[in-house]
Amino acid sequence: MSRVGIVGIGHTAFGRRGDATVQEIACEAFRDALADAGLERDAIDATVIGSVPEYHKQRSLAGVVQEYLGLNPKPTWLTEVACASGSAAIRTAWMAIRAGVHDVVAVIGCQKMTELSTAQILALMGRVGEVQWESNFGTTFPGYYALFARRHMHEYGTTREQLTAVAVKNHFYGAKNPLAMFRKEVAAEKAAASEAVASPFNVYDCCANADGAACVILAREDRAKAVRKPPVWLAGLGCATASMSVLRRPTLTGLPSAERAAAEAYAMAGIGPERVRVADVHDCFTIAEVMAYEDLGFCRRGEGGRFVAEKRSYIGGSTPVNVDGGLKAKGHPIGATGVSMTCEIVKQLRGDAGERQVPGADIGLTHNVGGIGQYCFVQVLARDA
Amino acid sequence: MFKWFGIVSHVPHTKVAAFAEHLREGRIMASRCRACGHRSFPPRADCEACLSGDFELVETGGRCTLLSWTRISAAPSGFEPLAPYTLGLVDLEEGGRALAPLGGALDEGALAIGMPLRLVPRLHEDREDIKVDYTLEPATSGGGGRP
Repeated sequence: MSRVGIVGIGHTAFGRRGDATVQEIACEAFRDALADAGLERDAIDATVIGSVPEYHKQRSLAGVVQEYLGLNPKPTWLTEVACASGSAAIRTAWMAIRAGVHDVVAVIGCQKMTELSTAQILALMGRVGEVQWESNFGTTFPGYYALFARRHMHEYGTTREQLTAVAVKNHFYGAKNPLAMFRKEVAAEKAAASEAVASPFNVYDCCANADGAACVILAREDRAKAVRKPPVWLAGLGCATASMSVLRRPTLTGLPSAERAAAEAYAMAGIGPERVRVADVHDCFTIAEVMAYEDLGFCRRGEGGRFVAEKRSYIGGSTPVNVDGGLKAKGHPIGATGVSMTCEIVKQLRGDAGERQVPGADIGLTHNVGGIGQYCFVQVLARDA
Repeated sequence: MFKWFGIVSHVPHTKVAAFAEHLREGRIMASRCRACGHRSFPPRADCEACLSGDFELVETGGRCTLLSWTRISAAPSGFEPLAPYTLGLVDLEEGGRALAPLGGALDEGALAIGMPLRLVPRLHEDREDIKVDYTLEPATSGGGGRP
């Protein structure tokens, strides 16, 4: 079966965008991806939009983006699986190409979250938990991951300092990413002393709500080989789910969906975790990155805290993770995040990541989680040797 | 009247609505599948084991064990006046799991994962609408419901 290659990427700066509508932000990423691929707009057969509609006043976002990009009457559709909507969009584009339905598909993840207040966003996100038995008591998104964190600390001895080490690392790399929302390093003392959010978390354990867009253009193998830059191949994809409710989770110290999605992606790519040279993982909270190391097999179960404290997820360590700043420092415009991760790994595999470049990176991975692990999408990306 | 249940109500209508009426009377109810006997807490109308829709509510005890907890300072809209508040996650001795606020008799500083607690039904006549919920209390506490 024909491979699917990524032939173009585009990525706006992430942050507060008081100056633009969501379709205007989407257009920036799309225009850059077309230019990167050296393609004309006519080459695009269809678009898939990854976004979470509740944050926008505009209903049915795919239609307004498609019109604004001048792509009518080509097909478009929206994918929504909370914070994994971007990777779900890539997966459906990959499926469409593999099925022979379309040859070249643009995937645009876009979100403008700052139309809402922080309290409104907390209420919306808290309702990604189960609303019948949980959200009616005032759960929040950080609150759920805080439950995981305290349990992880209890079972494995993970420390408060190790959680802070994730934030310190991701800010260290965010400072080097011109597209990141927070382009400054943070000292562990300052991070640890920040305002309480949901114990044991404070502000520096949490990623920030942001606006932004990212775009990748996917093409069937023959078309991909005809564009000007060597394609990066979608070598393995995995997708799995776990219960919506924290009341029905078999474990509180990992995401069963992530473990399963990773196993599928590794099997399809024919590799194991030790072959991954660079990864972008879903660090919506510090503990989420620690659990990701373990769910993805970068270290053994329970060793995630030490993994970051010993700098094994820095460039030069065994598996550099989130060297673009991660959700923590780059920002988390939820529908855009999965596509942003894929853009970053493409940059790494092309050798275009500048001072954040992982030397010799030939295989990379993305790990995009929806909600509190209800959905997980893992991609293994590879370039030809 | 499931809209009674919780501090706010997002879903007033459910096939297990009688849960809230039992809770008002001091009983915590699980569901039991009449086809295969599988029990669930929180209760569900459709059996997770065999998908049968034939169920009954059966009383379950409040004895439980603390799995994890968090003290929420940044509250969602509607909960700001209550913040900070602490939510605990517990495994019920008779099966199933619950998420509930910490009651007044428990101090967060005294919490430890694995400690025994009790899930206790609460009727709040002071609130505008009739409201019922449950809180986490010391294992030795009295209050409604079977131990």
